[in-house]
Amino acid sequence: MSEYLVNLKINNIPVSVKEGTTILDAAKKLNFNVPTLCNHPDLSVAGNCRVCVVEVKGARLLAASCATPVSEGMEVLTNSEKVRTARKHVIELLLSEHNADCTKCFKNGHCELQDLASEYRIGDHVFIDLVKAKDKIADISSPSISKDDSKCIRCQRCVRTCDELQSVSALAVVKKGDHQKISTFMNKPLHEVVCTNCGQCINRCPTGALTERTYIEEVWKAINDPLKHVVVQTAPAVRIGLGEDLGYDPGERVTGKMVAALKHIGFDSVLDTDFTADLTIMEEGTELLTRLKKALVDGEKVALPMMTSCSPGWIKFQEHMFPDLLDNLSTCKSPQQMFGALAKTYYAKKKGIDPKNMVSVSIMPCTAKKFECGRPEMRDSGYQDVDYVLTTRELAMMVKQAGINFMKLEDEHYDSIMGNSTGAAVIFGATGGVMEAALRTAYEIVTGREVPFTNLNIMPLRGFEGVKEAKVMIKDVKPEWSFLEGAELSVAIAHGLHNANTLMKAVREGKANYHFIEVMGCPGGCLGGGGQPIPTSPEIRSKRAEAIYGEDEGLPLRKSHENPEVIQIYKDFLGEPLGHKSHDLLHTHYKPRIRY
Amino acid sequence: MENKILKKVDYIFQESSINEIIDVVSKTLTKSPDDIILDIIDSGLKGRGGAGFPTGLKWKFTKNEDNPVKYVICNADEGEPGTFKDREILDTVAIKVLGGMTICGYSIGAKEGYIYLRGEYNFLLPKLNKIVDDFNKQLKSKGIDFNIFLKSGSGAYICGEESALFESMEGKRGEPRNKPPYPAVSGYNSKPTVINNVETLVYVTMICKMGVERFKELGTKDSRGSKVFSVSGDTPTPGIYELELGMPLADFIEDFGDGDTKAVQVGGASGHCVPRKHLKETIIGFEGIPTGGSMMIFNSTRSMYNVLHDYLEFFNEESCGQCTPCRVGCQQLLKGIESVKKGDRKPQYLDELKKLANTMKVAAKCGLGQSVANPFNSIVDNFREEIIY
Repeated sequence: MSEYLVNLKINNIPVSVKEGTTILDAAKKLNFNVPTLCNHPDLSVAGNCRVCVVEVKGARLLAASCATPVSEGMEVLTNSEKVRTARKHVIELLLSEHNADCTKCFKNGHCELQDLASEYRIGDHVFIDLVKAKDKIADISSPSISKDDSKCIRCQRCVRTCDELQSVSALAVVKKGDHQKISTFMNKPLHEVVCTNCGQCINRCPTGALTERTYIEEVWKAINDPLKHVVVQTAPAVRIGLGEDLGYDPGERVTGKMVAALKHIGFDSVLDTDFTADLTIMEEGTELLTRLKKALVDGEKVALPMMTSCSPGWIKFQEHMFPDLLDNLSTCKSPQQMFGALAKTYYAKKKGIDPKNMVSVSIMPCTAKKFECGRPEMRDSGYQDVDYVLTTRELAMMVKQAGINFMKLEDEHYDSIMGNSTGAAVIFGATGGVMEAALRTAYEIVTGREVPFTNLNIMPLRGFEGVKEAKVMIKDVKPEWSFLEGAELSVAIAHGLHNANTLMKAVREGKANYHFIEVMGCPGGCLGGGGQPIPTSPEIRSKRAEAIYGEDEGLPLRKSHENPEVIQIYKDFLGEPLGHKSHDLLHTHYKPRIRY
Repeated sequence: MENKILKKVDYIFQESSINEIIDVVSKTLTKSPDDIILDIIDSGLKGRGGAGFPTGLKWKFTKNEDNPVKYVICNADEGEPGTFKDREILDTVAIKVLGGMTICGYSIGAKEGYIYLRGEYNFLLPKLNKIVDDFNKQLKSKGIDFNIFLKSGSGAYICGEESALFESMEGKRGEPRNKPPYPAVSGYNSKPTVINNVETLVYVTMICKMGVERFKELGTKDSRGSKVFSVSGDTPTPGIYELELGMPLADFIEDFGDGDTKAVQVGGASGHCVPRKHLKETIIGFEGIPTGGSMMIFNSTRSMYNVLHDYLEFFNEESCGQCTPCRVGCQQLLKGIESVKKGDRKPQYLDELKKLANTMKVAAKCGLGQSVANPFNSIVDNFREEIIY
């Protein structure tokens, strides 16, 4: 954006803004709120909903303020009679094609169209109801995402999300005029197309057209069944997101309150996915070192760079788009699935619970996890390892339904075993976090020294740049790792599938000479996951990241290999990383999928 | 107002050989680009697609853009109901279009020109391909660095809207873009682009051939030159006619009507409906009702409800569906007149619909949605009882 200042008046108040600023942003600067629907801070400008139109004096047309740059001497009115008439018309038109069964809608109370309708007091609106009966049947083929066309207002935020942020384009605009709609390839159900279940579309849908498939009732039923032992695990990013749906500003850490709430709700064991995040570091770190040894010492052909496998949206993306690179994926299950497999084996045995009476629930910032838990590979305990996955948002709903005054809760601690974790596990929730955790451990295993970064904070791996790179020199290694002496470990990190796509193309073309790549399917990593509170924006994700790194710094242990429960499980149950038992329970394989 | 009486002229369809046109181009290109643009501005030529933007100014804005890559595009996506003149021009005197494109390219600094041909006109492709090939070869032999290509549309009305046309040419879904930026700054492939109607480009060649002064003798002060009209409906003489601009509609009907004319739809489905009682004071031209050339004549046997219903059905189908006022507004207008006709809604509902049409006029994203109010309001205002009963 240029430094040149443009002077204009908005509602007769002068303002100077940089050239290229939109009328919408200039109005914001003066604290004039102009309503928007199709506009989103993460996406390109569409200018198609027209709810943000404003009057520019002397112009024949109203201007879409989100899409119109300011110009010198412009005089803008954001609330003139002409504007109000048009804006009300636009809202009334949207309502006329919208299945406004608001009280029964999953998004009731969290809908931008509902907010506007209420702001403008659109009562018994004048226009004819256009909702088509056939659109009222939602597509619930996907275990993760529900798509209800009768609620869709064609703002195309989902289409832009799927294309611009994720390079997936499972959703696109089809047909025109009164038949125009958002659909999939050949109008197939969502579970048959390239959809990665990432849920980023849900995070940006202003209405109830795209929502998560909810399993709240199933979980309540299990909790209220005296015969069932219900175990719950909570992912790293849930504790820094949940507060947003329960009255806190973004960036609030609510770990202790969340644990307390889960106990109040009635889960029998409240455990932590962070435990298996630490375990993932042990397994994945060892896997990387093993691959490097095979390549450097044994001269074996192994797939490098190795890529992380924690993010199920990313895994399905890779299966669809880069099936030729599946060998590069770490064979480690995601922390959720490692946890699930251990809950119904190790935990059940230790606690004397019959795994068939166990119900395993996970609270995830993610919608792809709902798909992942149903993958046929994820039954190594002899049962479905994880039974139900709820999003951060669904947990907030349960807290409210249980009548808990969340803000007044006293902090509580996770149960043991499988409830202990380190700071290294918490940072799994931010892009770059898995890499940072892995380096903290691997570097120390190989050299016997802590990573050479102040206070263990590996700053080059942090931040929201699309693709980050770093190099770590390995010197003065322990004798058993002598083959790594003087090696420079080269790593890369991508978040959001668009960035992953860019990086994978480079890998495929042999232009990316990294040893290890971390990919998270969602922008910002899990903290920006498809199951996190809505809305999302770069600012909100920054605050969540600060919270995650704050949580890490506040923990007594910050290296995965120092987690006493991790040390214990290898002693009692698993033997060693990549050992026989690990192989059976903690590792998996992938399957190529077609693009269409 | 200097009203002219109806005058048929014959410039557009005068036969010209390729050599003649190449000569006109070569001679014109001895002038500086600025001089040519000044000539076009001086001629008063306005776009013949319907909107009537001054052609010379469009060129000047594009020339002023500092960019090594620019484009000239000939908009041959003739889709307005009742318009069929561009088809005839391309079928009989395409060479003049190519001449105009070359002159434009030289003037603005573009080396490539594209003809975006309506999908339904693909039958013209073999013929056009040959003419374009021959013409390109001639340009090359004359050392003129300009090449013309053909691109075929797929039959969407909206792709005649210039920015939707660019999207379509770029292989994307044909949806209008936000403006600004205008094509002069960012058009095809986000490069500065002049996009002109087929007929406009022919007049460019004709102005260069016969001189600015001759051209200015035609038409009126506000509507210079002549214009090709597509005449259809209740007329004994349907067809394509080149007429001077600025004549009263009454004169036109005198000549083309069947004696029982009830109304004329000027400018196609997106134009205005003029009832018999207003024919005299209505001027065809930029000072009155501008038109892309479609003149649909209706006599007393026609139901204006059916006419409006047809237009609204057309817009319902051809709206790209992107913006709310157009996508939903068109459906509401159509369903609205149906419900009034059936008696489900009171006649006063038509006034609500007119307000809605007026919102579409100012709030829709592109010319399609903005112009639906033209037929809607003019038909409802003048034939209200036909809509209700």
